[in-house]
Amino acid sequence: MAYDIEEPTLHDLTPDELALVEEMSEFGESRRQFMGKATLGGLSLFALEMMAHQQAAAQVLPSDSALHAKPADPSSLLEVTVEVNGTTHPLNLDPRVTLLDALREKLQMTGTKKGCDHGQCGACTVLVDDRRVLSCLTLAAACEGRKVTTIEGLAAGDALHPMQTAFIKHDAFQCGYCTPGQICSAVALVKEASEGQASYASPKLGQAGGDLSDAEIRERMSGNLCRCGAYPNIVKAVAEVQSGRLSPHTWNFHTRVEEGLA
Amino acid sequence: MRAFEYTRAASPSQAAQYAGANPQARYLSGGTNLLDLMKEDVERPTQLIDIGRLEISSITETGGVLRLGASANNTDTANHPLVREGFPLLAQAILAGASQQIRNMASNGGNLNQRTRCAYFYDTAMPCNKREAGSGCGALGGINRMHAVFGWSKQCVAVHPSDMCVALAALDATVRVLKPDGSERSIPFANYHRLPDEQPQKDNTLEPGELVTAIELPKNRFAAHSYYLKVRDRASYAFALVSVAAALELEGPIIKAARVALGGVAHKPWRATQAEEFLTGKAAEPKIFQEAGELAMKTARPLEGNAFKIPLGAKAIARALVMAKNGGVH
Amino acid sequence: MGKYIGQEFDRVDGFAKVTGRARYAAEFHVPNQAYGYLVMSQIARGSIASITVKEAESAPGVIKVLTHLNTPKFAKPDHDEQFKALQSSRIHFNSQPIALIIAESFEQARAASYLVQATYRKESPLTDSVNSLELAVQAPNSRFSGPSIQSQGDPQKGLSEAEVSVEVEYTIPIEHHNPMEPHAAVAYWQDGKLKIFDKTQNVYNVREHLAAGFGLPPEDVEVVSPYVGGAFGSSIETNYYPFLTAVASREVKRPVKLVYTRRQMFTGHGYRPFTHQKIKLGARKSGELTALVHEAANNTSRIQLRGDDTIRFSRAVYRCPNMKVSQKVIPTDLPTPCAMRAPGAVSGMFALESALDELSYKLGIDPLELRLINYADTDPATGKPYSTKALRECYAQAAEKFGWSGRDPKPRSMREGKELIGYGMSTGVWYALQMPASARVVLKADGTAKVTSATSDIGPGTYTVITMIAAEYLGLEPSKIEFGLGDTKMPRAPVQGGSWTTASVGSAVHGAAMELKSRLLELAIRLPDSTLAQATPEQTVLLDGRLQLKEKSSSGYAISEILRAGGLEELVCQHTSQPSKERDKYQLLAHGAQFVEVRVDEELGTVRVSRAVEATACGKIINPKTSHSQEIGGIVWGIGMALTEATEIDHRYGRIINPSLADYHVPSCADVGDVVTDFIEEDDRVVNPLGVKGMGELGMVGIPAAIANAVYHATGRRIRDLPITLDKVLGA
Repeated sequence: MAYDIEEPTLHDLTPDELALVEEMSEFGESRRQFMGKATLGGLSLFALEMMAHQQAAAQVLPSDSALHAKPADPSSLLEVTVEVNGTTHPLNLDPRVTLLDALREKLQMTGTKKGCDHGQCGACTVLVDDRRVLSCLTLAAACEGRKVTTIEGLAAGDALHPMQTAFIKHDAFQCGYCTPGQICSAVALVKEASEGQASYASPKLGQAGGDLSDAEIRERMSGNLCRCGAYPNIVKAVAEVQSGRLSPHTWNFHTRVEEGLA
Repeated sequence: MRAFEYTRAASPSQAAQYAGANPQARYLSGGTNLLDLMKEDVERPTQLIDIGRLEISSITETGGVLRLGASANNTDTANHPLVREGFPLLAQAILAGASQQIRNMASNGGNLNQRTRCAYFYDTAMPCNKREAGSGCGALGGINRMHAVFGWSKQCVAVHPSDMCVALAALDATVRVLKPDGSERSIPFANYHRLPDEQPQKDNTLEPGELVTAIELPKNRFAAHSYYLKVRDRASYAFALVSVAAALELEGPIIKAARVALGGVAHKPWRATQAEEFLTGKAAEPKIFQEAGELAMKTARPLEGNAFKIPLGAKAIARALVMAKNGGVH
Repeated sequence: MGKYIGQEFDRVDGFAKVTGRARYAAEFHVPNQAYGYLVMSQIARGSIASITVKEAESAPGVIKVLTHLNTPKFAKPDHDEQFKALQSSRIHFNSQPIALIIAESFEQARAASYLVQATYRKESPLTDSVNSLELAVQAPNSRFSGPSIQSQGDPQKGLSEAEVSVEVEYTIPIEHHNPMEPHAAVAYWQDGKLKIFDKTQNVYNVREHLAAGFGLPPEDVEVVSPYVGGAFGSSIETNYYPFLTAVASREVKRPVKLVYTRRQMFTGHGYRPFTHQKIKLGARKSGELTALVHEAANNTSRIQLRGDDTIRFSRAVYRCPNMKVSQKVIPTDLPTPCAMRAPGAVSGMFALESALDELSYKLGIDPLELRLINYADTDPATGKPYSTKALRECYAQAAEKFGWSGRDPKPRSMREGKELIGYGMSTGVWYALQMPASARVVLKADGTAKVTSATSDIGPGTYTVITMIAAEYLGLEPSKIEFGLGDTKMPRAPVQGGSWTTASVGSAVHGAAMELKSRLLELAIRLPDSTLAQATPEQTVLLDGRLQLKEKSSSGYAISEILRAGGLEELVCQHTSQPSKERDKYQLLAHGAQFVEVRVDEELGTVRVSRAVEATACGKIINPKTSHSQEIGGIVWGIGMALTEATEIDHRYGRIINPSLADYHVPSCADVGDVVTDFIEEDDRVVNPLGVKGMGELGMVGIPAAIANAVYHATGRRIRDLPITLDKVLGA
């Protein structure tokens, strides 16, 4: 790529914000990580710039108070240590904080989404000890000592997880809000099938798992709602990763002249 | 969600002791229903006793009796070889419920003790005798398409939402319970959940502080011919309008024994014993299944919005029996 | 097909979305932020008699509680008709905000919300629209369709002349958008200026609304919205929460975040209204229509009479000499409805296309044939020609792919085991709209370009297609283009709605590129011994980083060379595009044909859409990949509307009783069978310079009717009241 990936412009930040960004060495790190991944992934200049900009805008000035809410009675706080994507986070938490809110509001890891907060949509799906669960109905306190994997932790270094790549390839999302949950769910689905776990769509319990049919994938992905309606493409992405099964294009593109229709 | 004290119990007996000492405490296992209700301000415990890591999660068989640990999760239970081979009806019923994520979290004990999804129960602005005794039943004269057709009272027309429990009812399970004083008792499944009568606040017959430790299932001869059918408004991830757990023991063309239980129709999993008796000794054929279905629904009393459940229930029973006869998913 | 336009492109924001790095409104963390939580009314109509916040205010972590008694007034309340919260004691609908808790943490704010005590002076609410049709009044004129009664010919005469006729009524319940991302805002004030991160389809609308609310000049309000987790119309108008969030922030002198709960999503914005429709069709035995009468009424609030324009396309699709359409509204004690994907069109075409299906059985004519018999080659209402209309080709293509010829016309004639199989079809239609839009392009000597326009990308792929359009006309690789949107610092763009974004913003970018090309040519002409000395802009093209003659790739100069020779680091152009006058001479529409197979369990009544084939003609396709996704999304929405979605109200309380994703059934993955979408590309030189028409709404429009028609074909049961749930199929 022709542009200089070392020095992306952090446009639209105030001088104060820029100063803070500079102070945050951690941010500098992650920015370089974006660049690396982006270059490998053939990412557009736009995407690079936007992520840098957003990351900056989002992370400018996180203060202690943002990390730790101040309750009237500090004695009610729980000390909890949670491992997220391989990093151990000691937290002082109100016992009411769910894993979802701990990730989003305390750790500022907003890749995990809040769609309903009541276990009815799947947007908050994360992996706890490699199993998919709903972080909105999990107390952070109950995750002491557990291994949490979120969407931010799926890529290995600079390389996207194959499921992430397949979602991009098959355009398995539109607005993108349910996507982290869909992908975490799909990653777990592959493991479940390899373990021979059954679903309600399995024709025989004893032969569950293996290469899954579309009907099986649909059932197994039904805990993740997608309001944009990307389901057919989600099924294709999962099928490709799960069994290597490639689906043909289900759309065509005719020009009236070419088709002799005019 | 109101403030509460979070306590992790070191053993089942310690958990029961904590619970015995605080009537406002609740056991926290998977949390899939309890946290949901706490966020709606329907459940207001002052203490959560986390039992999620207690050693009551094993699934074993002794002397022909299958024992499901209360804190084993639904996924592990459904996929356990002992369950899959000996009790496919239970495996299938579990898999019909909720989503994989929720089944990974939800415990067997919690599944038993989950509360109704009646919209009036969930909305603190609405009357509900189950949530607030004496406030009235919003659903009775309101929107009750999802509600009960059996065993309801003027106090409450809610249904029990579990799929798993419908299979447990059909399979004559027993619930093992630990009391705060350390003693244990068994509750036959038919007596575990209750009808609302004048006390809809009570979903089941647990005494204060009692902890479910296991579910036991006696050996049966139904594995080759059972089926769990769930009829719902959405193809997946929805509660049942009507569900049927059907199991047959066949001797040639003749039904030697039958089990039929219904979900989505009553305050508790509804065992259709009359239909079972009718089926026993008869030929396993569609006409008989149809008659059994109609017989099972004969005593149903519909509400304004759910009369459709009566013919639907009859047809669903007949269909489930056909599927069971054909071998189900075994 | 261009070098980029018409090619399949992965989303440029795909990486950000699959790694969780895309930031949505509630995900901007501002230091020292406090959390808001709304307290909602428990009655539907009346007023607050008393409200006690003492206990809530003294709850742990609570900073302040706002109610109508202490919330500053919206400075210019007549700026728009939107409902504004906490402005008076009056209750207009159930679950209306009565207080806003501001606390240190979300958990504390939520817990304190239980402690607010209100008493009410209750009045009896009216929410039961279906039993209140007699209260309907004529709808105000529509921005798009004009007067709410329109007619031509003599419909009465047309009906009396008919040899065969149908007169039928249809109802559609209230439906909610339920985007996966709840509406949210984060607001803070600095030096008297407001900055707000908001979920919106139009940052400028929000800016003007807030400027009016605070009596500020608009430039003192900055609205940022880079990612929107679905909206479908629910963020076109400015809802009540941005003002509340900003007020709260000003009152507590802290940044404040406010996010709707899913329950609050059901009254926090508008919805697709309840709609009652009556259709009368008259026809000759040949199938030719003699009369078409469409009378629609939708519910609205008492505070705003909003017609859904259910009738907007009823006179635009079929040839018929005598037609009459009328739109009424029924005032109710509910929030005001708003646009929801394919507003009016999908509701109106459900009725019209169902009625045509009914007519086809009465006539004994194949439903597709009946549509072809009445095919309109000029706009039936105005006589204007269509700019392009490849609907006939859509019918042919989709019918063939679907296998329509294998349909046995008799209802209940096709089955497999316990399943009845039904085939149904329908027509879809939507506008080819264009709005004024501005875009700014900064072309840099390093061979990159920065393009900005304050539009939105709620999911259709605007980031990607605008990048592609810029790449095509600036002659740069898409990876060299940075396109930014969703910020009031950028040039104004219309709201992302009406399926007009690509036509509008794309045309602005195209215009800017053309202007830049001319300016580059002026510079190039001045180069010594310029090889472009005699060239006109029309003869040149920007391609592969060069300005060159169209026919001669060896001619011309690299853009960087031209700029550097002129001593320039960059060229900047801001262009505003307008719909052309030429458009007025034509009827401008996008069309589609839908064919659906349903499988109905005869005993259990469950309906499954096993196959759907849709062919759409919506001008040029910029990115087939994301366009296809738009159309399959439309089909999924059609499945939800036809089979599962309904907002249910307990009319005794005027309260929605299923405000959750457990009880309001949007389709799940298992509800969607095999979906095929085709495009019939049209070469439309009239609509806009890019030749693009709308597609986001179009894909949904015919689906509910096609499904209902297929259910009739499968079962012999005509269901005229959506959604088609199993109890209706069983007739119980």
